[in-house]
Amino acid sequence: MKQRSDSRFISFVAQFKQNRAALAGATIVLLLVFVTLFAPQLSPHDPIKACLDERLTAPCMEYPFGTDQLGRCIFSRVLYGSRVSLSVGLIVVGIAATIGVVLGIISGYCGGVPDEIIMRLVDAMLAFPSLFLALAIAGILGAGFINVILAITVVEWTRYARVMRGSILSVKENYYVEAAKSLGASDFYIVTRHIVPNAITPIIVVATLGIATVILAAASLGFLGFGVQPPTPEWGMMLNDGRLFMRRAPWLMIFPGLAIMITILAFNLLGDGLRDAWDPRLRERRRER
Amino acid sequence: MLEIANLRKYFSSGLLWKQSVKAVDGVSFHIERGETLGLVGESGCGKTTVGRLLLRLIEPTEGKIIFDDIDVLQLKKNELRKLRPRMQMIFQDPDASLNPRMKIGDSIAEPLKLQGHLNSGGIKVKVLDLIETVGLNPEHRNRYPYQLSGGQNQRVVLARVLALNPDFIVADEPTSSLDVSIQAQILNLMKDLKREMHLTILFISHDLEVVRHMSDRIAVMYRGKIVEIGTANDIFEAAKHPYTKTLLSPSSDD
Amino acid sequence: MSLLSITQLKVHFPTQDGIVKAVNTIDLEIANNERLGLIGETGCGKTVLGMSIIRLLPPSTTIEGEIRYKGNDLLKLTEKEIRKIRGKEIAMILQNPTTSLNPVLKVGDQIAEAIKLHQGLDRRAAKAKAVEMLEAVKIPDATKRANEYPHQFSGGMKERAMIAMGLACDPAMIIADEPTKGLDVTVKKQIVKLMKEVTTQKTMLFITHDLGVAAEICDNITVMYAGELMEYANTEAIFKNPMHPYTQGFLNSLPSMGLKAIKGMSPSLIDLPSGCRFHPRCDFADAKCRTEHPELIEVEKSHYARCFQYA
Repeated sequence: MKQRSDSRFISFVAQFKQNRAALAGATIVLLLVFVTLFAPQLSPHDPIKACLDERLTAPCMEYPFGTDQLGRCIFSRVLYGSRVSLSVGLIVVGIAATIGVVLGIISGYCGGVPDEIIMRLVDAMLAFPSLFLALAIAGILGAGFINVILAITVVEWTRYARVMRGSILSVKENYYVEAAKSLGASDFYIVTRHIVPNAITPIIVVATLGIATVILAAASLGFLGFGVQPPTPEWGMMLNDGRLFMRRAPWLMIFPGLAIMITILAFNLLGDGLRDAWDPRLRERRRER
Repeated sequence: MLEIANLRKYFSSGLLWKQSVKAVDGVSFHIERGETLGLVGESGCGKTTVGRLLLRLIEPTEGKIIFDDIDVLQLKKNELRKLRPRMQMIFQDPDASLNPRMKIGDSIAEPLKLQGHLNSGGIKVKVLDLIETVGLNPEHRNRYPYQLSGGQNQRVVLARVLALNPDFIVADEPTSSLDVSIQAQILNLMKDLKREMHLTILFISHDLEVVRHMSDRIAVMYRGKIVEIGTANDIFEAAKHPYTKTLLSPSSDD
Repeated sequence: MSLLSITQLKVHFPTQDGIVKAVNTIDLEIANNERLGLIGETGCGKTVLGMSIIRLLPPSTTIEGEIRYKGNDLLKLTEKEIRKIRGKEIAMILQNPTTSLNPVLKVGDQIAEAIKLHQGLDRRAAKAKAVEMLEAVKIPDATKRANEYPHQFSGGMKERAMIAMGLACDPAMIIADEPTKGLDVTVKKQIVKLMKEVTTQKTMLFITHDLGVAAEICDNITVMYAGELMEYANTEAIFKNPMHPYTQGFLNSLPSMGLKAIKGMSPSLIDLPSGCRFHPRCDFADAKCRTEHPELIEVEKSHYARCFQYA
């Protein structure tokens, strides 16, 4: 039975609002964006300036998260570190999703030889453990912001290609695609007007969850020394720096670690929430009534 | 108007051991201008495949399709695209026949836009005209398919199809997902429109009674082949093939 | 004596768009060994009515009234007690066997499952009984077929398996929900014949939109529209002398009866029309029909209709 409601979007929002975990995730993500944008205004100290007199200070009023082995303010470094993590996350997902979506569309819509080539390429990429592949690429290209992005993108695009292909394949089966074809519409028109708008939703969910994966991968590369180079603050690298002082000054590891954890948790909660709210089966079940 | 000869379509599956299914196995018939030919058969007999082959939505393995003296299978891709508006198809699931993200009005306007004969003002007038023709309200223009019932959506599909002034329509079980009382509305509408617009129709259905109502002649299909073809009366009053007789008998003897 | 008696049943459930009033004050009796056809179109509430008898509805549903089975009110039973009724006393044969059969279990094992649950037989005996049931529904080579998976069965075979499962525990009553939906003409004929044979000694509520099928199987027929029963009579009377305008319209819209459509469409169960629920589509409606709500009255002996024409 069909029911009237103004739009799917409204029911999506209503569904999302009921999910407290997802709302919490969304709030933290917004907070993170705010922190990233206003890191200079929010930071009490210069994140790079060493102050050797204040080395390894425990958290106090002056240094809320304490200082590191060079006397740098960890609170400020964590705030600034969010810039690297978030921008790596967004840029990588942006590039990887674009590549993946385009290849997924070609693969799913054209089928045949292009599909075989693209999917075997995806299989080949997936056969490597992704972090090792990224490490190898970072190792060859050398460390640094751009190379981190490249290394992770090379691994990441595959998931978007696969999701997009699957989504295209199922949307393609709809009669309205065949109907458009019999109207004499071109392939390009059919893809852009009828297929992609109906197939893109899962990509948004995968991308949100993907940001978390990328941030973690970037932090791992940073931890292993293949990330952004010092003195730019980066959470993974901060963790590694703190490793030596784990017993004496645990705050060196605790705060960047927490930052990574909370960020990833937030994106995962948000992604899960989006997926649940968009899940066609849930909506179908409501419509049946 | 339309003539097909020895049409075959084999679907092969399996990567290493090719197995082929003979979905359509040598089908020949013709349809006169202004005639409705009913195509009956049970699921999996290949009747839907025949419909798709006629419009070349899928490529046949073998055979000939002549539409209005044009050899359809010889056409190049862009020639085919030019021919397409003259041959239209109505599918069995109206809800899946409309893009869920397009408003009804936009869906009906789409074929007119693609054709490019009318400006936006002209399209607007024509859309309203079509909406009235198929018995919808102008207010439905701004709704989405999921806000309409199956019967209403099938009317939208009809409006879209009629927008192009086609000569030939393949209707593939257009009412099989609708309730009986709504089915009667849609079938009657189709009959009226056929008369007014001088359409030629291939009406595909599993329901003999429905086909009898809609068709001048009936072709009975079984396992990829046409086993009997004749006027509606001949089929109902004097069926020759045993399979047709089984379909017609009120209760089966197992 | 009636085996099942439903009195003043109301089933409503809340959704985002409003309260769906699926069943509105229904009274219905089903006698022992009676086969009653419940006819209606999509969204008239007929499936909900069937489901409410064995209480397979979401927890948010509000149910009022009584459903007495052998004298006990099913709506007052605990969850544990109703589970003993389901399958054993009252079995349900669902529509769409493709999704109602578990694709990863062998057909025979699925039927045996139900038998083990209610009859306390061991695995072997249950399996033997399952094969027996498959034979009863005329599946050839039942021993071999019992060890196959649902995807190896054709649509008609699956429906037979569903029927076998429903009959497995020898229930007193069967609720069949559109068992012939989506089947081909020839297969449908076979299933109808089978249903008729296996239910000769049973009580059945047969839910369908297909009048032809109901006519073959059922002793009595009741017509449901917008959550209400519009007419009730024996099968012959429904066809020979339909009283309610909806029943008449429904019959006339059949292809074999002239394909004369009923105008308009079924109302939403959220937003029901005032007065007679059918008045917006009725050719005989007058001012009274628009404002006052007609009752189901006995017009002739055992022939009830809900229409002011007969008041």
